Amino acid sequence: MLHYIGKRLLQLIPVLLGMTFIVFMIIRAIPGDPAQVILGQLASKEAIEALRGKLGLDNPWYTQYFDYLIGLFKGDLGESMRTVQPVADEIWPYLAATFELALFAIIIAVIIGVNAGIISAWFQNSWFDYLAMVIALIGVSMPIFWLGLLEQWFFGIELQWLPTSGREEVRNPVSAVTNLYVLDTIINGRFDQLGQVLKHLVLPGIALATIPMAIIARMTRSSMLEVMRADFVRTARAKGQKMFWVVYKHALKNAIIPVLTVIGLQTGLLLGGAILTETIFSWPGIGRYIYEAIQFRDYPVIQSGILVVAFIFVMINLLVDILYGLIDPRIKYD
Amino acid sequence: MGKKKIWSFITLMVFALILVLAACSSDDTSSEQPKKEDEGTTEKETSSTGNKVLIFGRGGDSVSLDPIAVTDGESFKVTQNVFETLLNFGEQDTTIHEGLATKWEPSEDGLTYTFTLREGVKFHDGTDFNAEAVVKNFERWASGSEDKFPYYASMFGGFKDDEGHVIESVTADGDYTVVFKLKRAQAPFLKNIAMSPFGIASPTAFESAGEKFGDSPVGTGPFKFVEWKRNDSITIEKFADYWADGLPKLDKIIFRSIPDNSARLNALLTGEIDLADGVNPADGKTVEGDSNLQLFERPSMNVGYLGLTTTRPPFDNVKVRQAINYAIDKQSIIDAFFEGRAEIAKNPMPPSISGYNEDIPGYEYDPAKAKALLAEAGFADGFEMELWAMPVPRPYMPDGTKVAEVIQKNLEDIGVKAKIVSYEWATYLEKARNGEADAFMLGWTGDNGDADNFIYVLLDQDNIGSNNYTYYSNEDLHKILIEAQTEVDEDKRNELYKQAQEIIYKDAPWVPLAHSTPLLAGKADLTGFLPHPTGSDKLTNVDFK
Repeated sequence: MLHYIGKRLLQLIPVLLGMTFIVFMIIRAIPGDPAQVILGQLASKEAIEALRGKLGLDNPWYTQYFDYLIGLFKGDLGESMRTVQPVADEIWPYLAATFELALFAIIIAVIIGVNAGIISAWFQNSWFDYLAMVIALIGVSMPIFWLGLLEQWFFGIELQWLPTSGREEVRNPVSAVTNLYVLDTIINGRFDQLGQVLKHLVLPGIALATIPMAIIARMTRSSMLEVMRADFVRTARAKGQKMFWVVYKHALKNAIIPVLTVIGLQTGLLLGGAILTETIFSWPGIGRYIYEAIQFRDYPVIQSGILVVAFIFVMINLLVDILYGLIDPRIKYD
Repeated sequence: MGKKKIWSFITLMVFALILVLAACSSDDTSSEQPKKEDEGTTEKETSSTGNKVLIFGRGGDSVSLDPIAVTDGESFKVTQNVFETLLNFGEQDTTIHEGLATKWEPSEDGLTYTFTLREGVKFHDGTDFNAEAVVKNFERWASGSEDKFPYYASMFGGFKDDEGHVIESVTADGDYTVVFKLKRAQAPFLKNIAMSPFGIASPTAFESAGEKFGDSPVGTGPFKFVEWKRNDSITIEKFADYWADGLPKLDKIIFRSIPDNSARLNALLTGEIDLADGVNPADGKTVEGDSNLQLFERPSMNVGYLGLTTTRPPFDNVKVRQAINYAIDKQSIIDAFFEGRAEIAKNPMPPSISGYNEDIPGYEYDPAKAKALLAEAGFADGFEMELWAMPVPRPYMPDGTKVAEVIQKNLEDIGVKAKIVSYEWATYLEKARNGEADAFMLGWTGDNGDADNFIYVLLDQDNIGSNNYTYYSNEDLHKILIEAQTEVDEDKRNELYKQAQEIIYKDAPWVPLAHSTPLLAGKADLTGFLPHPTGSDKLTNVDFK
């Protein structure tokens, strides 16, 4: 097992290196000059040239790339051109914000999605099955942008139940320790704030959960349908086992592997930042951080931001692969 | 690990999750009512004890809170309340009023300015504000470089060793008098001094903080800096030792970044913010119809235009450019996409700016005349072109794509086939700056309300490759604009700008479209908020009823 993990981690290196190279080339291929964006519209040509020199943008691309790589190996993610802060210092609060939201969303998506899929398969062609799958279809095709604004209007403005923007009640700000606000409020012992922070998670969490929930439900259903036709299910039934246990214990265990893959991929996607959700709900997350960096052509932030996100993505997939082995003893990594 | 163990572990986790979720959701619903009341009462209590907090929702975060180091409006929105300038603009215009200086006297030749400073003013860190502090600020700026202090370079012609640097010296004469000596007269000098980037900072603070000054700004303003959560919120609070008695009226201001315009209006409707910047023209009626809200109009100091790249055929032909001007129905565009909250532009600067030429007739909507001009230019059958649509909404152009569609239809009517293209914003600007567009939409919001800041910046040949995107150059115009920069006599100067506008009108490098009125919305009980045309609002007098 350890051998396998080690091998996988080693494989990561060329993947991440290749990715830094692609990102590096793409952002330099698009027009737009960081120096111009930083200095604003009134800047003179000389000043732009001078700043380009200072930022090292005059060097040939391979020098720039290797300088960046050398920095990476020293653990230096570079410095934001716009805010002049080290990316490593800047990135954590954004990452934490995204992490908190993504975790919340994936928990909703898994609990509702997996159960809806199971019940749909169990009672195939029932009204529940049809309803769940129609909702799932709507869920996958729903534009997040529109869903988000609709949620704001209904739960925020009409019902006045939930806040529509940000991570906290700004009149009663959370003092950040880890930047995971749910954790911070508990550490600080501010349980009044914990409620507020959780409330702020609900609407963006639902918006973000919609698509993964629908995909998970559909995947669980089809995987379960296949397994339910298997002989061992019939045998278990014939032995007189209760249907509930047959479904939730025997069948689910055999059906869960493809579902797990989907959950892993979706979690990775959510952590990669959900720009639309983060924009609509003013969530200061990693997606918006990178998106804004693109608008400002803030090369180090774009490069390192994507690198960090990609790293998390592959790590989650590794984790899922390890989980396979734990759940299904037939899968062995040696 | 045994199979059973794993399963019981997973089941346990799922149960725990369900419990947590159930706890959250019950917390959300059951405690909702009492919590609402709680908030209500605390708000009332706190307002009676004087804890007044304004939450200002806006489109983006600041870049830095050191005003001299930035060029973006979102930074100035905050620094305008933390720092003060020697002179102030009027409450809703760009006339000159006293600020940290109470008196200012220019010499006859316009080469020396003597400022008398306000006494008894302190910086937030306790440092005394005096002539020495002013001198130190100007020394800091003049020994910078353009990538550090971009606005200093563009307003005062460079830095201390540069040929073009306008300021010869800044010296203290006693504790409360500062004397500026200029190398040559600069007509908009006082207006420049009043711009937000030139807020006076505490010398103690910027000397010790160095490059980090933008994270912990210290000025003399009515509010002092408290906290900055990047991309989320900036908090500033009342400065107890502010020099003006009884001001500011608010105890705290929180600037929140809410990037989406509709989401920001939603946040205002739910009460999460008290004031919203950047309201869509289409939402203006919603706000006016809501008795809990009020609509604010920012006085217009901008221009939205369609630039015609004068080096690209057929737009190198003045008749073609004039024809395009006649072809476009500006009134329909304003009615449809600005909801009428704009006026037709006929000059490259808005009428509120001194030197505006009323007598320019403007190009009225007249497709027949446009066709005739095209025929004269040898394009009786029209031609094909690219029409660049702005990819982002701006106050001077709320919906670039839709406006482009109207223009496309207008052009089709005179036989010109326009293909609409658009790029991501930074790409768009770069390509347009390189002269790659036939016709492109763009606009400008003034920095200091001076004609030079519009006409010279946007249309003089000196600015080709920077803000003169049309590559328009006219030697006569250039002479007039350079002369106007040093002309101190207001009437003579206005006369020069009027001539300049006539030349531009005839050469038609642009189709000026509109001077829009940007909208803001706030809670109905908000008082004393006067939006400033530059976009940097002083919130000293803002209060809740």
